[in-house]
Amino acid sequence: MTFHFPTLGDLANSEKYGEPIATHGVPSDRLLRQLEMMMLIRVTEEVIAEGVTAGIIHCPCHLAIGQEAVAVGVSENLTHTDRVFGGHRSHSHYLAQGGALYGLLAEVLGKESGCSKGMGGSMHLYDKASGFMGSVPIVAATVPLAVGAGLAAKKDNRGAVAVTYFGDGAAEEGVVHESMNFAAAFKLPVLFVCENNLFSSHLHIDLRQPSNSVARFAAAHEIPYQVVDGNDVVAVSEATERLVKRARDGEGPGFLEAVTYRWRGHVGPREDIDVGVQRKSDLPLWKRRDPIRRLAESLETLGAVDADWLERRWSAIRAKVTSVWEEAILAPYPQSSATLSRVYANGQLTGGIQA
Amino acid sequence: MKQTETISYCAAILEGFTYLLEKHPDVFVIGQGLWSPWYVGSTMKDLDIRFGRDRIMDTPVSEDATTAIAAGASLCGYRAIMVHPRVDFMVLAANALVNQIAKWSHMLGGQSHPKVTIRAIVNRGGEQGAQHSQALHSWFAHIPGLRVVMPATALDARDLLIASVLCDDPVLYIDDRWCYEVEEPISAIDVTPLELQGPKVLRKGEDVTLVGSSFSTQLCLKAAGELLSHGISAEVIDLRVLNPIRYEVIRESVKKTGRLCVVDGSWRNCGMAGEIIAGVLESVHPSILLDSPRRITLPEAPAPSSKALEAEYYPSVGHILNEVLPWFRPSKSSEIYSEKGNSHETYL
Repeated sequence: MTFHFPTLGDLANSEKYGEPIATHGVPSDRLLRQLEMMMLIRVTEEVIAEGVTAGIIHCPCHLAIGQEAVAVGVSENLTHTDRVFGGHRSHSHYLAQGGALYGLLAEVLGKESGCSKGMGGSMHLYDKASGFMGSVPIVAATVPLAVGAGLAAKKDNRGAVAVTYFGDGAAEEGVVHESMNFAAAFKLPVLFVCENNLFSSHLHIDLRQPSNSVARFAAAHEIPYQVVDGNDVVAVSEATERLVKRARDGEGPGFLEAVTYRWRGHVGPREDIDVGVQRKSDLPLWKRRDPIRRLAESLETLGAVDADWLERRWSAIRAKVTSVWEEAILAPYPQSSATLSRVYANGQLTGGIQA
Repeated sequence: MKQTETISYCAAILEGFTYLLEKHPDVFVIGQGLWSPWYVGSTMKDLDIRFGRDRIMDTPVSEDATTAIAAGASLCGYRAIMVHPRVDFMVLAANALVNQIAKWSHMLGGQSHPKVTIRAIVNRGGEQGAQHSQALHSWFAHIPGLRVVMPATALDARDLLIASVLCDDPVLYIDDRWCYEVEEPISAIDVTPLELQGPKVLRKGEDVTLVGSSFSTQLCLKAAGELLSHGISAEVIDLRVLNPIRYEVIRESVKKTGRLCVVDGSWRNCGMAGEIIAGVLESVHPSILLDSPRRITLPEAPAPSSKALEAEYYPSVGHILNEVLPWFRPSKSSEIYSEKGNSHETYL
């Protein structure tokens, strides 16, 4: 018996794909915009990491440093009328979709002015205006919610798509397979985005699954899939474009597997080189696959940027994020009544019922 | 011959669905077996033909995903009704219900509300055994953010379904097949918002307060009739909404009667019956009580299959009389129930 399933091959090889990315004639202004968004995400998460280290942030923060190209490449193909759902590691998804920087920083600080009114912290983000419908940390939990948003989009018939971000670990949850089956059976406009960073918490995918490519599950559900270098924003964007176009045209769901690597540990600012298979030797190699540096080098070759410009942009972005961060630190916490008043839609304590 | 036209519980549910689907184009229904009367009885008969299979969606065997899918659609402009034809199978969707739907508003700062109603059907008896016989409302009534509704009467089966679906919060609406033949005089639809609904006195009385929900309320009503023949006047209160719960009506009744007996079709430990007793007792002075409160619940065991065991397993009118009559032995009741024979089945 033989099986014909996708495998990651060199995409999972830490020694490959270190060169500048191929830009395939994508206009420089778009590439520059993507570069700056990746830089904003990088700097924002570095500031958050510093906040955790300094003891200013208390909630668990799962950082996507090193994975920025996935969210930026995906959101390149989305609008604010699309519906995006994330998980525990979703700062990048939120920012790339257009979620407000201040709202994110105030939220991780637990402030009333945060994007979830200080009720969620890093793991529960929301920005309706940009189409970011919510992220929550139960693994795979938002996958079926996004399928439901896809069902609503199909009923609306206005060409919107629903996007769900999840990781290789989530692919081990049964509900992901229920969701893919449902989306395929009803031809719903859903894009499943698996950020395969090879780890679920501390445990490498080789110790959890018989094959390292999650896209094999898409094949099993007859969902068209693309497997790409997740640290190549152009590759992510082009693959997303193909899948999203099909979905908008009523041809059903798509599955994107973006192979990437997180530079920090599962949670918190540490690099966690003491946990997991080969992380100590792999991390320096994966840092050579830096999605930001690789795009910047491509843009330098095109003559669109130079080292001086890059340095100035890094400084300007850091100054901006720091300024917003300082503003968020000064913001007030939610009032005591918030614990009870946000349980039910009418905003009344215990749903308007007094014992 | 009937004096007035009546409607049955199951026909009333169908009327509720019909009203919602006619008046509210944003409502759709999703779940397993919705195109088959075998799953949901006549409560959804021909809805798929009348309103189309895009609005009455029959689904793959995926309780967890489908429950969350209904919720996801409800975050995007729809009012979804998710149907679990048997409450036991809804346990597979516990994450969707408990972790996602119930907490969604709170986690995201009260800015987003799943407008989803989960209809679960209690379908017991008939030697179906442990996995086809449960009543799990006490579990779910424990969860803040999830409104839990259990109609006992035909009009409530219709009107509370409508109120649940039109509520902007997630609601677990549980109906019981043992109630499907209960009849009530027909009346116009009452669209009182769910947040204004709560326990209701179905029968006035002076000597003892009987509290139930869904089928247990029907038992209480029958028991009240029996008690009257013993000269005992029982007040019957139907809980209707189990979470968030209002206690005023029950508390005021107990203040009047001094005696409280709660009947519940779920288990005893951490169950609804204990909760009602605690909720009343902590807000009254013990001196108002004439006797210790009682609760009648399932035995602490899964449902047996064998007919012989099954007959003893579920709370019955006989159980209620056995608890209540001894309270009145010296003063009000000259007859002791047990002297009439032990088979409580005669009271079913």
